[in-house]
Amino acid sequence: MNEIFPNLAVAYGEIFLGIGAMALLMIGVFKKDSVNLVSWLSAIFLVVALFLTVAGTGDVTYTFNNMFVADKFTNFMKILVLVAATLAVIMSREFFRLEGDDRFEFPVLMVLSTLGMMVMVSANDLMTLYMGIELQSLALYVLAAFKRDSERSTEAGLKYFVLGALSSGILLYGCSLVYGFIGSTNFSAISMAVSNMGEGGAPVGAIVGLVFVLAGLAFKVSAVPFHMWTPDVYEGSQTPVTAFFAVAPKVAALALLSRTLYVPFGEMSASWGQVVIFMSVASMILGSFAAIMQSNIKRLMAYSSIGHVGFALLGLIAGNAEGLRGVMIYMAIYLVMNVGMFVCIMCMRRKEEGMVEDIKELSGLGRNHPALALAISIFMFSLAGVPPLAGFFAKWYVIIPIVNAGYFTLATIAVLASVVGAYYYIRIVKIMYFDEPVEEFVAQKSFPMKIIATLSAVLVLAFIVPQISSPVLDGATAAAQGLSQK
Amino acid sequence: MEIGIEHYLTVAAMLFTLGVFGIFLNRKNVIIILLSVELILLSVNINLVAFSSYMGDLVGQVFTMLILTVAAAEASIGLAILVVYFRNRGSIAVEDIHLMKG
Repeated sequence: MNEIFPNLAVAYGEIFLGIGAMALLMIGVFKKDSVNLVSWLSAIFLVVALFLTVAGTGDVTYTFNNMFVADKFTNFMKILVLVAATLAVIMSREFFRLEGDDRFEFPVLMVLSTLGMMVMVSANDLMTLYMGIELQSLALYVLAAFKRDSERSTEAGLKYFVLGALSSGILLYGCSLVYGFIGSTNFSAISMAVSNMGEGGAPVGAIVGLVFVLAGLAFKVSAVPFHMWTPDVYEGSQTPVTAFFAVAPKVAALALLSRTLYVPFGEMSASWGQVVIFMSVASMILGSFAAIMQSNIKRLMAYSSIGHVGFALLGLIAGNAEGLRGVMIYMAIYLVMNVGMFVCIMCMRRKEEGMVEDIKELSGLGRNHPALALAISIFMFSLAGVPPLAGFFAKWYVIIPIVNAGYFTLATIAVLASVVGAYYYIRIVKIMYFDEPVEEFVAQKSFPMKIIATLSAVLVLAFIVPQISSPVLDGATAAAQGLSQK
Repeated sequence: MEIGIEHYLTVAAMLFTLGVFGIFLNRKNVIIILLSVELILLSVNINLVAFSSYMGDLVGQVFTMLILTVAAAEASIGLAILVVYFRNRGSIAVEDIHLMKG
């Protein structure tokens, strides 16, 4: 408890990334033409941080006066975050090489926001939660507005900033109420205080605070009704930024949301259960219906991600280890599908026009680029949840706990929403294979991009093989049991 | 009349509401939105300091220090984004921010 010097070993990954980001800034400033060097070093640093995280024992360890925690759950989520961030850095490297707008700040900002996400995942105190969220968001605001001579990109950055700052304010107001009415900001202390309150339950002030905190976090995972920023920011930002936004921050925010609901407020599940049910159902429905009208592929992916967050939230409603396990598996599979899909979106490039984003531009892709079309179809079927692809199992593992917990209506709505969603995913496959071909895209020559796309397509296809899926399933089982016991 | 914790909480709640309304009702200028965000954060600080002094627990004041620091960073990033936006559009009126339908 009262340690004189904190146990740093728990946070080696974070410390390494923090120092590494500072070093990268120095290299970028003092060394001429160092964009390539800084990018690859960022990717290497993220991989090193991944190894430092994996090297952790997985025992529950607290440090920094109980404000920071590491256990199997944080390890699992940090691995997802770091893998997503590494792939995003590599993808952005390839993108900017073609686009010719190279600046070394880009990978450094990605590393900094990844550091924020790791802190979020490990937060065990409202203060750490806030600092992690802000470190992540401040870097993301800049990334969204990164193409500073583009009206769309700066507008995306501005919108993201205004709504993000508002959500941080709401979250903080909730934190202050929780602190005042429960008496502590520490998750373990809050959990103890709440369980001591017994039958009468927590004071109204604490419940109001919890709802405010939930609203702030819902914004970060872009769950309905706090989703308004998502389509605009996804559309306006440059594609590698969108690819990053779609995966890493969502995983981190969902990890934070799960810990906040399960650990400090686990005893108050009657209070937050209804809120989460509403957010989940509304996200699933809006995600599947609003995407039907979209013509821009990035906007479509934004609505798709809103829908997927709704499905992931289903697992939390179950309120037990099985549900949490479902959430973790969902995020792992979501990561692979989205990374693969965004690599394919980055291939939508013509000689004169540069990047194109309209879905119609995919017409006839099946004849022009059969391999790319095949990859996109695999991802689309998987996102739609068609068996035996990975996306089906993701939905399976969140819907089963819901059924076991007795929420039959909810499970029915989820399945129906997924059927509606399948329409717009499969429409893309139809456009690619059955519509009149338009002008070809530039052939993708980059080796890393091909590797990422192939690997994720293979993983999506092969998830049904027990040898491939068991590490994910077993890891999630162990991690979920650790978290929901407390 | 003794000024107790409820008075501080009321002031903070009013400031918070003003801040939120300032963001949603304002149709003029993005700078006003930035001011409203600061107002929200300050209302949180009043809350935290009041609770902290009421309970005799220092954590709330430490939290306030962190919020003040982060708020400064947030404002500077917000203004920076606003400047690049203004260079592109030549306007910071809220009703002009509609390039993408949201």
